[in-house]
Amino acid sequence: MTCINPNKNRLRRSMMFLNAQKPSLLKDPYVYKADSLMFDLEDAVAASAKDTARFSLYHALTTLDYRGAEKVVRINGLDTDLWEEDIRCVVACGADTIRIPKTESADMVKAVEEKVEAAEKEFGRPVGSTLLMAALESARGVMNCYEICKSSDRMIGVALSGGDYTKDLHTTITGTGVELMGARQHMVIAARAAGVQCFDTVWTNLDDMEGFKKDVRTIKMMGFDGKSIINPRQIDIVHEIFTPTRKEIIFAEKVIREIDDKKAKGIGVFTVDGKMIDIAFYDGAKRTIALAKASGVYKGDL
Amino acid sequence: MEIKKPAIAGTVESSDCLVSVEPGDGKIDFSLESSVANQFGHQIRKVTFETLERLGVDNVKISIVDKGALDCTIKARIEGAVYRSADQYKDLPWGGAIQ
Repeated sequence: MTCINPNKNRLRRSMMFLNAQKPSLLKDPYVYKADSLMFDLEDAVAASAKDTARFSLYHALTTLDYRGAEKVVRINGLDTDLWEEDIRCVVACGADTIRIPKTESADMVKAVEEKVEAAEKEFGRPVGSTLLMAALESARGVMNCYEICKSSDRMIGVALSGGDYTKDLHTTITGTGVELMGARQHMVIAARAAGVQCFDTVWTNLDDMEGFKKDVRTIKMMGFDGKSIINPRQIDIVHEIFTPTRKEIIFAEKVIREIDDKKAKGIGVFTVDGKMIDIAFYDGAKRTIALAKASGVYKGDL
Repeated sequence: MEIKKPAIAGTVESSDCLVSVEPGDGKIDFSLESSVANQFGHQIRKVTFETLERLGVDNVKISIVDKGALDCTIKARIEGAVYRSADQYKDLPWGGAIQ
């Protein structure tokens, strides 16, 4: 029986891209404390270095201690002759999660899953230990988001890849987010409906940190779980925005305590700090506490 | 494995190394260029011979230009060069000869 990796729903506020071709990037990226490290075998790696990047990745992941960061590897696309060997390498070296690029259908995920399971058996790893996520990079991929999210028990979620997606949409990344609105909204709804996580695209203009902050706040408000990032300078901003504030934590605690208390007394609706509260707020408050705990900022006893 | 033709892997960027292999004349012929050769030359040589042994390579001229690579990078670059020399890019022995 398949036993899915219990870290499937772990905290993933930040997922930092690292080029697996460059040993200087592989040796100590954990110092930046991103929640997930995403080692890239795909676009960042030159066509002439696809084979050697795998050896570097294999030894880095089996030798170095990434101190609790999730190890995600982006494999090459299913339209190449590279992805199957990528999977053997990635499963053999014990990566946590495989990111499938250019995902357009549930069948693509299933094709990857089949190879992953074969590799788990070949290399003596527990079947189900390797998680999957799908990058949506086209209009078709975004349209099929829900079926992609539901395609495998191993799916942790979907990520938008804004550059390719906007090209397919006949527009460009404008910095305003207008061109991404539809995809973001659709993806987060589909991901929630399927019970998986949803990650936003990268922000590539490192000179515009204000724009970056605004972008991260927007996706946080929309319901995303985290963001793909390309530079360590982006990590703190993402973590700050995605970690509940003291005020939010205190309010969530009150909501949980009050709802528990009022329920026992047979009261359904009441106010906390002047705000109307009923049972509908319970799960949100619980989630705030869970996120605060996962982020290491909760000291209470709930 | 037999080294059939010359092959290289790696770069001379910081933290990397450039490994070249070519058919040998019956033994392992090792040469190293490294700014830390005095301190780490012995260790790099040891990693090189261990890696070649795992790969079953005993007839090779191997030269390494080291730019401060970790052991895991040296291994990766040697394997990269050896498998290029053998033209093998699929069904690699991960966790076997490669470890």
